Amino acid sequence: MINLYEVTETNKMIEKENLDVRTITLGISLLDCIDSDLQALNRKIYEKIYNAAKDLVKTGEEISREFGIPIVNKRISVTPIALVGGAACRTKEDFASIAKTLDRAAHEVGVNFIGGYSALVSKGMTKADELLIRSIPLALSSTERVCSSVNLGSTRTGINMDGVKLMGEIIKSTAEYTREQDSLGCAKLVVFCNAPDDNPFMAGAFHGVTETDKVINVGVSGPGVVKTALEKVRGENFEVLCETIKKTAFKVTRVGQLVAKEASRMLDVPFGIVDLSLAPTPAVGDSVADILCEMGLEYAGAPGTTAALALLNDQVKKGGVMASSYVGGLSGAFIPVSEDQGMIDAVRAGALSLEKLEAMTCVCSVGLDMIAIPGDTKSATISGIIADEMAIGMVNQKTTAVRVIPVIGKGVGETVEFGGLLGYAPIMPVNPFSCEAFVNRGGRIPAPIHSFKN
Amino acid sequence: MKKTIITVVGKDTVGIIAKVCTYLAENNINILDISQTIVQGYFNMMMIVDTNSGRKSFGDMADEMAALGEKIGVVIKCQKEEIFDQMHRI
Repeated sequence: MINLYEVTETNKMIEKENLDVRTITLGISLLDCIDSDLQALNRKIYEKIYNAAKDLVKTGEEISREFGIPIVNKRISVTPIALVGGAACRTKEDFASIAKTLDRAAHEVGVNFIGGYSALVSKGMTKADELLIRSIPLALSSTERVCSSVNLGSTRTGINMDGVKLMGEIIKSTAEYTREQDSLGCAKLVVFCNAPDDNPFMAGAFHGVTETDKVINVGVSGPGVVKTALEKVRGENFEVLCETIKKTAFKVTRVGQLVAKEASRMLDVPFGIVDLSLAPTPAVGDSVADILCEMGLEYAGAPGTTAALALLNDQVKKGGVMASSYVGGLSGAFIPVSEDQGMIDAVRAGALSLEKLEAMTCVCSVGLDMIAIPGDTKSATISGIIADEMAIGMVNQKTTAVRVIPVIGKGVGETVEFGGLLGYAPIMPVNPFSCEAFVNRGGRIPAPIHSFKN
Repeated sequence: MKKTIITVVGKDTVGIIAKVCTYLAENNINILDISQTIVQGYFNMMMIVDTNSGRKSFGDMADEMAALGEKIGVVIKCQKEEIFDQMHRI
């Protein structure tokens, strides 16, 4: 039988170390809503989402109360809208009307984000894909809760450089469209290489076409729990360090698995996956960077950071895999800058640069995340940053992503405030040299060779 | 059997157990196990109870217990047993 020590340990994790379930995300397929009439399409989308998700928030709160564990977000992901809207949409405004429908549905059912305003263009773009991408600035500036993502490459197909070039422009344009809110639109827009179909985390969540009609995916978190566990093994060797992370990740993931199963049962929707991620928040003690510091680094970004992150990521997976029957999504440590107080401190201290962050993305999920850059950064430069990150994902057979925010009207040294879970960020310098001629070549980078691994 | 874990944490004072047990008895909730310690003047108790034949829903019980805790000056939490089982047992 459970004893007092174990109960106290669990409750201490919840109360003092910010253990929580970060998100229950309900994936909903919209493929059966497709219609060539835009009005009918919008109506069907609204009805399907409303009917599927009307009990989601209530159920999340009920589970939270029964187990005494906070469930921070309840969210929805839908089929990439480029596929759903292709038959009905002729203009950017047509696509943006779907975004407004998604936003209205999200408000009505009470979720804080809805993901899937997306296009999958890893090899090429259809007309609908391109139209959706071009509508992103309008869609994100005229909605509040809609998140957008674009998959620009994969290990099997290579990188769609036309898409990369276009997305550089779109990110810049989204920043312009939302300049009144410090370019907040870009915080809801992410580009991927090897985007997973079952990711529950925003901004990149969408409901892949290989998924069932509806599915529950859960994202766990708990950087604070890992950090506290590591405080007890200061100075011990790597074997002890790794074992400690693994055991902690196991416990954290078990809670996610329990919540996922319970939500699946209560909503009568199949359980998809648990995403084993260490997702930080701006709250003190909920930081991935603090874990790296606890391992022995003065700041995140110091030499040794990539190795520390690699072992953290690997041990989290090793511990988590046994704790859950199905693991998927992004699964790893997130290293967003604005959402992690330790990262912000590291940038301010001059310890962490964009280049070091790029190196860190080689060994963890997901990529360059929530990084504020100067508003006058050229769109070709943003495309260059994206291309680099996509190449890392493509060659290393992993998911990588870019979510940078060119803050219009602000420069290096200034700070931008996004509020809530999105946090705040010091604007980081970008390498000033041009990559325009490279980005402007057009076409795509072929898929890499899958043998002769070096 | 549906088991619930009740934890009571706070500054030690006279009659904490009595008040909690009275509430449980009034609501037909059977106590299966109690363990309790006092660390540096802090009262720390865990009860395993069977809520199967209880008169109230889980939510109501949790709310009323929390309110009772406030009155005594301790924090009372009700949680279903599964969260601890899942975390600490393979």
